[in-house]
Amino acid sequence: MTDIFSTLAFYLQRSFVVNALIVGVLIALCSSLLGVTLVLKRYSFIGDGLSHVAFGAMAIAAVVGLTNNMPLVLAITVVCAILLLRIGKNAKIKGDAAIAMISVGSLAIGYLLMNLFSTSSNLSGDVCSTLFGSTSILTLSSFDVWMCVILSVIVVLFFVLFYNKIFSVTFDENFARATGQRASLYNLLIAIVIAVIIVVSMQLVGSLLISALVIFPALSAMRVFKSFKSVTICAAIVSVICALTGLLTSILAGTPVGSTIVAVDIVAFIIFSVIGKIKGGSKA
Amino acid sequence: MPQLICKDLSLGYGSQEIQHGLSFEVNSGDYLCIVGENGSGKTTLMKTVLGLQKPLSGTIEFSEGLSSRDIGYLPQQTDVQRDFPASVQEIVISGCLGRKGFSPFYNKDDKALAQRSMERMNILDLKKRCYRELSGGQQQRVLLARALCATQKILLLDEPVAGLDPKVTADMYELIDSLNKDDGVTIIMISHDVDKALRYASHILHIGNECFFGTKEEYRDFKDGAVKGEDDND
Repeated sequence: MTDIFSTLAFYLQRSFVVNALIVGVLIALCSSLLGVTLVLKRYSFIGDGLSHVAFGAMAIAAVVGLTNNMPLVLAITVVCAILLLRIGKNAKIKGDAAIAMISVGSLAIGYLLMNLFSTSSNLSGDVCSTLFGSTSILTLSSFDVWMCVILSVIVVLFFVLFYNKIFSVTFDENFARATGQRASLYNLLIAIVIAVIIVVSMQLVGSLLISALVIFPALSAMRVFKSFKSVTICAAIVSVICALTGLLTSILAGTPVGSTIVAVDIVAFIIFSVIGKIKGGSKA
Repeated sequence: MPQLICKDLSLGYGSQEIQHGLSFEVNSGDYLCIVGENGSGKTTLMKTVLGLQKPLSGTIEFSEGLSSRDIGYLPQQTDVQRDFPASVQEIVISGCLGRKGFSPFYNKDDKALAQRSMERMNILDLKKRCYRELSGGQQQRVLLARALCATQKILLLDEPVAGLDPKVTADMYELIDSLNKDDGVTIIMISHDVDKALRYASHILHIGNECFFGTKEEYRDFKDGAVKGEDDND
């Protein structure tokens, strides 16, 4: 036991480990906040779709040879998020199909581009790390960390300031619209913030596992708690604890960061489901 | 004093016209029931009046300084709401948001208004309860309380008794009637039940192949005429 703690203490002196923990906690917090809204609005898959878009965008950035790909990836993902939410309402191709199309499409194009133009000698390694996050969270530059801190602060501020409106738009969009609330504007803002969260979280778990980060804490919280506020707060806490546990485990055991965090999230979900069953209130 | 004037409305989606040439007006304190067969465009009409979709042609005017912010709306329930984790209090107070513009938090007045609306609907004891665990009738009262937070002037109700058992349905009709008679709230309600509509409403708008708008007495004559007309055809 003392061994584990001394190893941990040893790692915690390293700035890259501390950076990873800061970024991990912030990302977990942000992704869980809007997760509740996404799950309730039946938009669970939008996270998945957008993360694949972000993957495609990263491939483009790599091909163009940008050293810092964050701004480009962010821009493309935000545009796609807006398109998806707009399309969702009144297009011939309905929401879920549109998401599936864009998501698979950008995944394929991204991989194709990387294959055709990549200069890297270890292509499958690159792809794998973009998809699953691998260890890139342990190699964050201070620019990445600051970017993440700033974006997280913006996301949390947005969420606090618009909390009541997000609730109203999520619970009953027609009522919100009919009584003169600017529902489309709020939907647009939600889409943009989701895109931001996804681009930021890609560093942590990679693009395939982002949905898990967004959805699991919200679903876990919904098993047990019954008001919007308590679900939101619980989701945030669960998400942060799972991310910390996952990160520390992966550092100690040498497992991949992204999948370890998601595995912890799954365990948390099972625990919450059992608690929900025992309390008997929550419907499955 | 008309609160709402609709002239020559055509309703529908895209190129598909469901109804055309609808004209009616609603005065302050009226109780208008919209009746008609399924698919005749009752909900579409209500959504058009609410500004959720544009009429294909025709005009909708609010008067007496009434704007879309003075409208309360009781929509049909959606699937999303049936398993939504929210407390009654959270839902009722969200009715206040329309008036608040960009201001982010609720103030004392909003909380007091929510409290009063819940009292009026007799759901104060459910305040902390979870919405999805309530019965159908209780859920409708919660949504009605939310609509009252949005306005005290005009309420649009889309089949408020759908799926409720007879006892709860009767209570709901009484409650809506007392909002109209005692609090002077203008009611526009979609209903399946023509008998109940004739009992409570002051005006009837019938849409379908044949459209009618007038007081309920006139509607009785209209229906009798229609029945006679059918008899003549036999």
